[in-house]
Amino acid sequence: MKELVVISGKGGAGKTSITASLVVLAGKSVIVDADVDAADMHLVLPLKETCKFPFEAGFAAVLDTSKCTECGYCREVCQFSAINEKYEIDHILCEGCGVCAHFCPSGAISMQLKTCGDWFVSETPFGTMMHARLFPGEESSGLLVSRLRQEARARAEAGAIDLCITDGPPGIGCPVIASITGASLVLAVAEPTISGIHDVKRVKELAGFFRIPVVLCINKSGLNPEIETEFRKWAAVNKVPVVGEIPYDSDVTAAMMAGKTIVQHSGGKPSRAISLLWEELKASLELGGV
Amino acid sequence: MKIAVASGKGGTGKTTVALALASSFEGEIIYLDCDVEEPNAHLFLNPEVEKAETVYSFVPLVNESKCTLCGKCDDICRFSSIVIMGRKLVTYPAMCHGCRGCELVCPEKAITAGKRELGTIAQGRSGNINLLTGRLRIGEAMSPPLIKHLKSLIPESAKHIISDAPPGASCPMVATVRDADFVLLVTEPTPFGINDLSIAFEALREMNLPCGLIINRSMPGNRTAHEFAEKNNIRILLEIPDDRAIAEGYSRGALITETRPELKSGFISVFKKIGEIISAGREAYP
Repeated sequence: MKELVVISGKGGAGKTSITASLVVLAGKSVIVDADVDAADMHLVLPLKETCKFPFEAGFAAVLDTSKCTECGYCREVCQFSAINEKYEIDHILCEGCGVCAHFCPSGAISMQLKTCGDWFVSETPFGTMMHARLFPGEESSGLLVSRLRQEARARAEAGAIDLCITDGPPGIGCPVIASITGASLVLAVAEPTISGIHDVKRVKELAGFFRIPVVLCINKSGLNPEIETEFRKWAAVNKVPVVGEIPYDSDVTAAMMAGKTIVQHSGGKPSRAISLLWEELKASLELGGV
Repeated sequence: MKIAVASGKGGTGKTTVALALASSFEGEIIYLDCDVEEPNAHLFLNPEVEKAETVYSFVPLVNESKCTLCGKCDDICRFSSIVIMGRKLVTYPAMCHGCRGCELVCPEKAITAGKRELGTIAQGRSGNINLLTGRLRIGEAMSPPLIKHLKSLIPESAKHIISDAPPGASCPMVATVRDADFVLLVTEPTPFGINDLSIAFEALREMNLPCGLIINRSMPGNRTAHEFAEKNNIRILLEIPDDRAIAEGYSRGALITETRPELKSGFISVFKKIGEIISAGREAYP
């Protein structure tokens, strides 16, 4: 089974729009929406939810005021300043490490398992999709992404499906690391802007850190030809194959507004460019380095 | 006035708005680029770097000659970053949250403070803007400790602060906005934009933070963002038109107030409106 993960470093580069179109072109794959903070693929891929599971991860400290003697030791050992002078625990600051509970001389603090979100298995016309919703402000998003990918792999194997397509989260932190570790190929989507090139360099470094091959797709091409030239030079020097180029075109927003993938919405320039991109990706997945 | 700029989703124009606000402000202002995974503000401001430092987090350092393999550190660690395997104590520094439980619990004092690099922080100036920017080390998973450190560098005398939040609504975003006086939400009127806006808004409501909305890439006749704002009683503070010239300016690193100078007065009025909302009190707004 091959795993293609689409990331961009930066948000708004067009990751989800492109990934959803790739899912349609692939026809049959297991799909993961790994942007557990703000899943969006369901807005363009029709889906029917089949299962919903709570996502339990980590612990929260809970203080029993009837047992607390206000000795202050918990405040002393807490490295996260999560307990204030009134002995209230700030659950945003609490890391759930349990050090306060361990050292509390009166046993007033206990650690309780937290439900941080839900994860779902849904059916789309193009395959089963794993997605999730982390509750606002929660942590452990990396763990949730790992859970989704694990389930996706299990389903791919059970259904003899040889491709998994993942829409990754923005950034380079824990959810992104959890999205790409062990993947076959990373497709970096970048827009030709100074921030786009800055962020894609960080993505390339990250993938290199985990020894995962990276290919590049330039989205919104035509916006700034100078930066595109710079992009191509950088890609050549760093041996990152440029496997696609999608023009800056109002078709992309129109498809999104219509709640459809680009390739289903029109046969215009962006749609044709994504079809070419898909052909290149198929070759990259089957051939070298993967 | 501490204003945080957030959006849930990336690419909606958070940095564009935060920069336009900071550059429209008359007087000293601190700009905190809390999007430490992909900091971008410096690309537009080109500040002269005045100070740079590396930030570290605690990780356990084990003195094997003192360790008796009692297992107390393994028991207290909830992040599996210190584990007894066979006859050896193994540490996984990347997974350590720095709670120091292992160090505190070790009866032999075999554990001392080691360090893991979280990233770097740089400080520089560009006109009236004092930029503080964090940059997460490649391969480092946890950004909130670096964001917290970045915030600790704000001088106490600072009166006006703009924080550019990371995308999403989970811990890095919360670490940025939690002590703001006001959160400015930026959205684009597309289904993606509204979906993510509603998630970010829900997070802010849970934290009881006052907020207002700026609609970016506003299109004539499109009322989706207005409808969301009305339904949730959020005040719309500004609309920025959907304009290819702005996108091209952004691609070169130009501020929106340079590409479209006539929008500057709008950003100046945003400060005034925020001031009004803050003085009207938190009760009046969700």
